Amino acid sequence: MLPIENYLFLSLALFIIGVIGVVTRRNVIVVLMSIELILNAVNINLVAFSRLYGDVTGQVFALFIIADAAAEAAVALGIIIAFFRNRETVLEDEMDLLKW
Amino acid sequence: MTPTGYFLAHLWLIPLFPLATAALMLFFGKRLPNNAVSVLCVGSVFVSFIHAAGAVIQLLSAAPENRVAQQIMFEWLTPGPMQTTSGQAIRFVADWGFLLDPLSCVMVLVVTGVGFLIHVYSIGYMGHEGGYYRFFGYMNLFMFAMLTLVLANNMLLMFVGWEGVGLCSYLLIGFYFLKKSASDAGKKAFIVNRIGDAGFILGILLTAVTLGSVRFTSQGLPDTSGASGILQVLKAARDSGTLAVLLPTMTAIALLLFIGAAGKSAQIPLYVWLPDAMEGPTPVSALIHAATMVTAGVYMVVRMNAIYQLSPVALNVVAVVGATTAIFAASMALVQNDIKKVLAYSTISQLGYMFLALGVGAFAAGIFHLMTHAFFKALLFLGAGSVIHAMSGEQDIRKMGGLWDKIPYTAWTFAAATLAIAGIFPFAGFFSKDEILGQAFDRFFLLWIVGYITAGLTAFYMFRLFFLTFIGYCRADEHVEKHIHESPRPMVLPLMILAGFSLIGGWIGWPEVLRGENRFERFLDPVLGGVMPETGTVRIAHHAFFKEIFLMLASLAIVAAGFWFAYEFYHSKRIAPELIAAKLPKLYQLLVHKYYVDEIYDAAVVDRTKDLGTLFGLFDANVIDGVGVNGAGWLARFVSKLSMWWDKWIIDGLLNLTAKMMQLLSYPVRLLQTGMFSSYAMLILVGLVVLLAYYGHHVQVMLRSVR
Repeated sequence: MLPIENYLFLSLALFIIGVIGVVTRRNVIVVLMSIELILNAVNINLVAFSRLYGDVTGQVFALFIIADAAAEAAVALGIIIAFFRNRETVLEDEMDLLKW
Repeated sequence: MTPTGYFLAHLWLIPLFPLATAALMLFFGKRLPNNAVSVLCVGSVFVSFIHAAGAVIQLLSAAPENRVAQQIMFEWLTPGPMQTTSGQAIRFVADWGFLLDPLSCVMVLVVTGVGFLIHVYSIGYMGHEGGYYRFFGYMNLFMFAMLTLVLANNMLLMFVGWEGVGLCSYLLIGFYFLKKSASDAGKKAFIVNRIGDAGFILGILLTAVTLGSVRFTSQGLPDTSGASGILQVLKAARDSGTLAVLLPTMTAIALLLFIGAAGKSAQIPLYVWLPDAMEGPTPVSALIHAATMVTAGVYMVVRMNAIYQLSPVALNVVAVVGATTAIFAASMALVQNDIKKVLAYSTISQLGYMFLALGVGAFAAGIFHLMTHAFFKALLFLGAGSVIHAMSGEQDIRKMGGLWDKIPYTAWTFAAATLAIAGIFPFAGFFSKDEILGQAFDRFFLLWIVGYITAGLTAFYMFRLFFLTFIGYCRADEHVEKHIHESPRPMVLPLMILAGFSLIGGWIGWPEVLRGENRFERFLDPVLGGVMPETGTVRIAHHAFFKEIFLMLASLAIVAAGFWFAYEFYHSKRIAPELIAAKLPKLYQLLVHKYYVDEIYDAAVVDRTKDLGTLFGLFDANVIDGVGVNGAGWLARFVSKLSMWWDKWIIDGLLNLTAKMMQLLSYPVRLLQTGMFSSYAMLILVGLVVLLAYYGHHVQVMLRSVR
């Protein structure tokens, strides 16, 4: 097994790419994809530590997160489609209905 | 035995009939056709007349000393325990009660009889006028009030009728209320009458607190305990010897009551309303301002004769005022050119005669003249109405003349009335006027001279009126002259009946010296008894036969002189009246302007009242409005400004300060709320990093312990 650090650096790289995507991109779909990156970075972390400590809990948790991410993607894309039908935009700074 | 009978038991019905039809007219009259109005209103007066005549006949069946019938409907005003000014406890009562004694007999017959004839006349006279039902409604209301006045058994109920006739007089003078002069005349009559009424009511109150009673008689009362009349109270005072104490008060009462009488009966100084009252329809002038209402003052003084007889001062005042009014008004009648104005001044003059009679203690003679005057003056007014009717509304006698052939019935009856009022033997006016002059001759020689001259003036102005109206050639316009016609039958018939009474009505008082019985004065004797034997009614002092005959001849002589002057001036035209007027310009102007009395009153009273009103107006505008109202307004505005300032700067200021503070404090927080998703995500990330950096160690420890 590769040393744990490799997994952690990969995870860190994915996480930072995800965060930068969330913070800098205006397109909500891209932001959603970035969030998926962050979740997968966490999954890598969980699976890596599960393997390191010989404890299966982390892997089970990762499976839950995958399911959760799928559900989240479905709901979020649904909202985005509904919103697009009304406002014809997917840019987050134009989503200002509740702003005064 | 007190007299009884159906009519005496239903005295209260006499005023009730006209009241019922008056109410019907005034509430529903608009919807009734003129025929129904005539039948109802004239009929009710006729029924009243029948009841009155029946009651008088039943009363006459009793012995002279028992001729009193009284009917008390209910106790009207009972103010509870009272004390007279002398400290005596009394039970004061004013009833709603009717009294028929010889005095009210005369009045009730005159009022209903002459009133009925005038109502009949009005059917013809008012037939083409608007407001027919209103006219008859007021006339019947007047009949009710007048009958209440003459039938009342106490002063307060009499006052009710007194005010009622004043009201109806006002309403009927102002009958053509769209005409300014008519409504002004109505107001003048009402206001001048108010002055008299004030005196009358003060007199009533003074009587009530002095004598404890305002009843005219105590006879025939259901409750004889303490419910005695004025005469009985005075008699009791005489018997107990306290009468002398009351005498000054009696003078005061008599003078106060005379103010009321002077107002109602148009005596100096309150006569000014009567000439103006001629603005009313002519039947009104005949009924109210000649025959009935204006004589109410005379009736009232006679009714209160027990009090007047105790006060020689008051009697002298009455006599002097009466005589002065008589000659004063007669002189004004000399130069009037309006047919009704001549008659109005004549009425004032004749009323003065009546008061002269009362003043010299000849109460019966005054009432006698009242009765004969009611006949011939009503006839004169109705005749004048007939003339005006024939002349298409013309009232100026200078534009009349030559009507003798054109309206013969009117002319003949007018002539009869003229003979009667001038006092030509043996017509009505002769007896009553002669009676008064004869009494005055003995009592007050100076006033006899005044009355004597007045008789001559009366003859002059009446014959002047007669000649100018009926004799000579017609001075009217052509189309007016073409249109002259005799009045319809309802107008002519009353004229004839009244003419009959004017000619023979005086025979009832045929004097003893001419082998008569003077029944009229005998008849009135029981009510004129008085309290003191020596002040009792003046029995006709049996003058020497020749003296009486001399007096009669003398008065006939001056009447003849008056007739002769009128004849010379206005018929044969041997003397031109204009020449006399030109020779005495000042006197003539004085008479034409009616002694400037209206002008003097205007200057002395009316304008001063107006000035006072202006003064009050200025006070109102400047002090009340200026200081009071505007000051209060200014103060309110000042206070509200103050309050507004407080509200704006303190109350609102505190609120705004709070809001500003909030704004200020929330400013840095607001900077975080960019509304941009990415910045929130950044903040969450930063926060997470900070938290982990700070608590990372604890997390490590915690995780380690789990493992």
